[in-house]
Amino acid sequence: MSKASFVYVTYIATTPEKVWRALVETDVTRQYWFGPDASDPGHVNVSDWQPGSPWEHRRMDEAHTVDLVGRVVESSPPRRLVLTWANPRDAADEAEHSRVTFDIESYRNLVRLTVTHEDLDQDGDMLEKISGGWPKVLSNLKTFLETGRPLPQSRS
Amino acid sequence: MDIDKVFKALADPSRRLLLDRLHRENGQTLSALCGHMAMTRQAVTQHLALLEDANLVATQWHGREKLHFLNPVPLQEIYDRWIGKFERNRLRALRDLKHHLEGGDDE
Repeated sequence: MSKASFVYVTYIATTPEKVWRALVETDVTRQYWFGPDASDPGHVNVSDWQPGSPWEHRRMDEAHTVDLVGRVVESSPPRRLVLTWANPRDAADEAEHSRVTFDIESYRNLVRLTVTHEDLDQDGDMLEKISGGWPKVLSNLKTFLETGRPLPQSRS
Repeated sequence: MDIDKVFKALADPSRRLLLDRLHRENGQTLSALCGHMAMTRQAVTQHLALLEDANLVATQWHGREKLHFLNPVPLQEIYDRWIGKFERNRLRALRDLKHHLEGGDDE
């Protein structure tokens, strides 16, 4: 079965170090990582960020529900982070993991952040979730880093 | 980056068609995209360059093939700025009504 890939690019007026921290430090991540669902309480990414280590995408509700899991494939701060990406039910089945690469590059006086999401099953629910989710998360990240403020999220 | 570039890039039916093609099948080569377009390869190349400059298309090399991907992040920024803060639900109801009455798809 053929696999789907997506590439998302955003240009942010900030530094590579700040983009890196926004991806891996929970107190930064929770301020912008909201999906398209207005009831999303926010998410953080939890790991020691060493190659081979597990990582978790945790919901910022009281239960800290784990919505995604995977492994750290490559961790080269502040330039490149490569993760595998899966539903928790598929944690042990590496064949079901897709792959996400964050490339952080200086571009003139900006940072170009490229998110490449590969090896997605065409018929899986993950495809639908991420194609609504990534543009929203990256737009939020840009606003957050450029204004330095938590988002005026309409939580209606 | 430059929002004027985004609107200018969208203000052309051929470029909108290219984005629709990429939405239907992401990660296409120039040749694959040309196959659907009633225009020269050179014209398609120019349209794609304009879309890439507006950050609506991202490209990656896979071996010797240059693949084109729809990048919806600038559209999300437009949405957040001008639509998200207005009356989202009523707009959605209107869109659904129009969709229902016209009976077509989004293209």
